[in-house]
Amino acid sequence: MRRKELLKQRENEFIEENGLIYLENVSKSYSTGSPALNNVTLNIRRGEFVFIVGDSGSGKSTLIKLLLRELTATSGNVWVMGKDLAKLRHRAIPKYRRFLGVVFQDFRLLNDRNVYENVAFAQRIVEKSPSEIRRNVPSILATVGLAGKYKAKTTQLSGGEQQRVALARALVNNPDILLADEPTGNLDPKNSWEIMKLLEEINEAGTTVVMVTHNKEIVNSMQKRVVTMRKGVIISDEEEGTYIDED
Amino acid sequence: MKISTFFYTIKQGFANLFRNKWYTLASIATMAACLLMLGVFYSVAANFRHIVKNVEEVVSFTVFFEEGITQERIDEIGRLIQSREEVASINFISAEQAWADYQKENFQDKAEELLEGYPENPLANSMNYEVFPKDVSQQAALKNYVLSIPGVRKINSLDEVADTLTAVNQLITYVSVGIIIVLLLVSVFLISNTVTVGISVRKAEINIMKYIGATDFLVRAPFVLEGVIIGLIGAVIPLYAIHKMYSSVLNFMISEFANLSKLLDFLPVETIFDFLLPISLIVGVGIGFFGSVTTVRKHLNV
Repeated sequence: MRRKELLKQRENEFIEENGLIYLENVSKSYSTGSPALNNVTLNIRRGEFVFIVGDSGSGKSTLIKLLLRELTATSGNVWVMGKDLAKLRHRAIPKYRRFLGVVFQDFRLLNDRNVYENVAFAQRIVEKSPSEIRRNVPSILATVGLAGKYKAKTTQLSGGEQQRVALARALVNNPDILLADEPTGNLDPKNSWEIMKLLEEINEAGTTVVMVTHNKEIVNSMQKRVVTMRKGVIISDEEEGTYIDED
Repeated sequence: MKISTFFYTIKQGFANLFRNKWYTLASIATMAACLLMLGVFYSVAANFRHIVKNVEEVVSFTVFFEEGITQERIDEIGRLIQSREEVASINFISAEQAWADYQKENFQDKAEELLEGYPENPLANSMNYEVFPKDVSQQAALKNYVLSIPGVRKINSLDEVADTLTAVNQLITYVSVGIIIVLLLVSVFLISNTVTVGISVRKAEINIMKYIGATDFLVRAPFVLEGVIIGLIGAVIPLYAIHKMYSSVLNFMISEFANLSKLLDFLPVETIFDFLLPISLIVGVGIGFFGSVTTVRKHLNV
């Protein structure tokens, strides 16, 4: 127990010093072609809202995969919540991922189940008790504005509603970090803004949000930190930044 | 693991069966067909071996002694043969009994008439031991040993019968093992196929589970359970069918071929099931388990 406390204390000190997410000279190469990430250094502090922007092939998706510990860096170090992801044992990966919430452009819902079951699924995976599930799921559905549609099949929902279900699923386990990979990519402007409003609320409640996007209008309006990537390199990192075009 | 997680895993395992119901049915049907063939083959082979064994029991060889041997030495030789592990039983036939048997066999009821003027026993030196080996295949080795005992003059035996029975027994064993291995491989392939389809159908769900933080066990266990259930159902169906079929065939044989009952002595269904029940269940569940575990390991990089 003492050792665990010490470890936790060290992790907290590390987070204070280097941020909740810290990439230090990270490169990632696949077997073919040029490196997807090239000597990237990035700190994201607890409670920040960060846009990662850039064109296709800029390395955004690789960055998300590294944070999810789906990939490991070819060189350099990736620390998330004070943990060195390269040293994370295979068995520890599921536990680590429980501190992250993730949403994708294509929602990735279970279409053979209804809204409630999709969200409850995330709680079952982390072995919450049935009573906790019964308490937490309606509450998070209310937060994303879907309390009245808990029985609906996901296929009966609009794109915006489906993304809200995905958000509810990502948030129901109270993650420290929310990774959003193009969450508005498949949505019309109205639904996109609704999702952004929700993300902002989630961020204000304390969750660190890292959002990969192509949506210039959203980035420019939100006045958040913007990290711009091009060909695997960070070319700009601005507080209250704007979308920098390729040209 | 929490109880709710345990039940959730079991529920998912059963749900998998119904999600891919056609593949599940195909796997169960093929597994059942394989185990049915295994059962039928085993039933036939076990009965054949049983009948062969019965024949073996009457295949013996005869040990003759040197002239002038004492009864004490004969008894000693008898004890030496009897002490061998390969020997099921031995039977001493005195010269008088040998002569009486010969008369009965060759002269039938005309013996007295034909043998008038033969007061002495022409088979005076024909006292012998009739030796019944436990297994006909051990006959040759046993004969060599007996011939090496001082006092033993010669051995008479029906080598062809012994050789044929040994060959038939070996053939049955090899064919059984061969067929069983092929059937097992087919079953493993089928279970593996069903689990692979199950995994591809649930790829999206597995991906989501992975991102949410599901442990390897939670992702894999429902698939393994699915394989085990397929194996179990695939074993129970043919066991039931064989029980019914065997009893019917046995009743039919007994009623239709009553006059051959001495030669065709079939094993009771209980004896067949003493072996077949555990083996079918172990094979069914075992193949279901190992087939799914290896497939899940191969295709589920969680």
